[in-house]
Amino acid sequence: MNTFPIIRVVTKLLIPYILLFGFYVQFHGDYGPGGGFQAGVIFAAGLILYGLVFGLHAVKRVAPPALIERCMALGVMLYAGTGFSTMLLGGKFLEYEKLNHHFLPGFLPHGQHLGIFLVELGVGLTVTAVMTMIFYCFAGRKRVI
Amino acid sequence: MNVIVFTILAMLAATAVTVVRIRDLWAAIMFTGIYSFLSASWMLILDAPDVAFTEAAVGAGISTVLMLSTLALTGPNEKGRRKSSLLPMTVVTITGCALVYGTLDMPHFGDPNDTIHQYPSPSFVEKSQVDMHGLPNVVTAVLASYRGYDTLGETAVIFTAGVAVMLILRKDEGTTDKEAPTA
Repeated sequence: MNTFPIIRVVTKLLIPYILLFGFYVQFHGDYGPGGGFQAGVIFAAGLILYGLVFGLHAVKRVAPPALIERCMALGVMLYAGTGFSTMLLGGKFLEYEKLNHHFLPGFLPHGQHLGIFLVELGVGLTVTAVMTMIFYCFAGRKRVI
Repeated sequence: MNVIVFTILAMLAATAVTVVRIRDLWAAIMFTGIYSFLSASWMLILDAPDVAFTEAAVGAGISTVLMLSTLALTGPNEKGRRKSSLLPMTVVTITGCALVYGTLDMPHFGDPNDTIHQYPSPSFVEKSQVDMHGLPNVVTAVLASYRGYDTLGETAVIFTAGVAVMLILRKDEGTTDKEAPTA
């Protein structure tokens, strides 16, 4: 598909906004609709669109499979790690109240907000990586795009 | 408002029938994409924008792409029709009737006396402002904090699905590296 100039140009125009919208849904998910899963699939959709138009090789240079497969595990680890860190701080598993701190209050999130932020980030990482990896696996079977 | 609701529902039904009837698999996949976009619009009307995001990105975007890549591996034509479709028709009709019969017991949409609006949701809505120190989104609060264990499990399920797909479908790294830079 990488010989059609209109598709190439429109895709290049659209992708930054798709990725930006993904970040918005991720980090504004505490206030508005959205969250880790939604942000993850939107972000992955941006990457997959790039892969569709510019070829699997191009998107694998942007997001190398080795990085993607590590991100898959990193997201789950970040989520579970948040739970274990609240245990290390003397609380129960995923008891975000233990994440309260007094460093730059009002600027850095703390307590419940910090906990929700971290676990949503974990969900977003895993979902983005898994969706992209599934696309790599399907598209890599045969040179179709 | 009613006009939009009925138009979208009628288009959903028409698209579903078209997907079943059409013989060309490539067109059928495109119609499932259209179906997902219509469902996303429908979710938006039902005041569920986050579900609409997911439906548009996963249903219309990613799964359409995955089905197309599968189609490229298998071929665009459906296998020949079987002669008799009486038995499948009976099974589908009975299942459909059972599902419709099941909906008769469901409460009306938006009914405030509905069980799920009685327990435990009001307590969460009332508590969340205090518990979350002013985070306004109750949905995120329930998903990530009150029901944090469930969401951890869901994330693990997605991770497992990704690992399973990698194990079954991925070719060796050596073969992918030899690919030409441009297709």
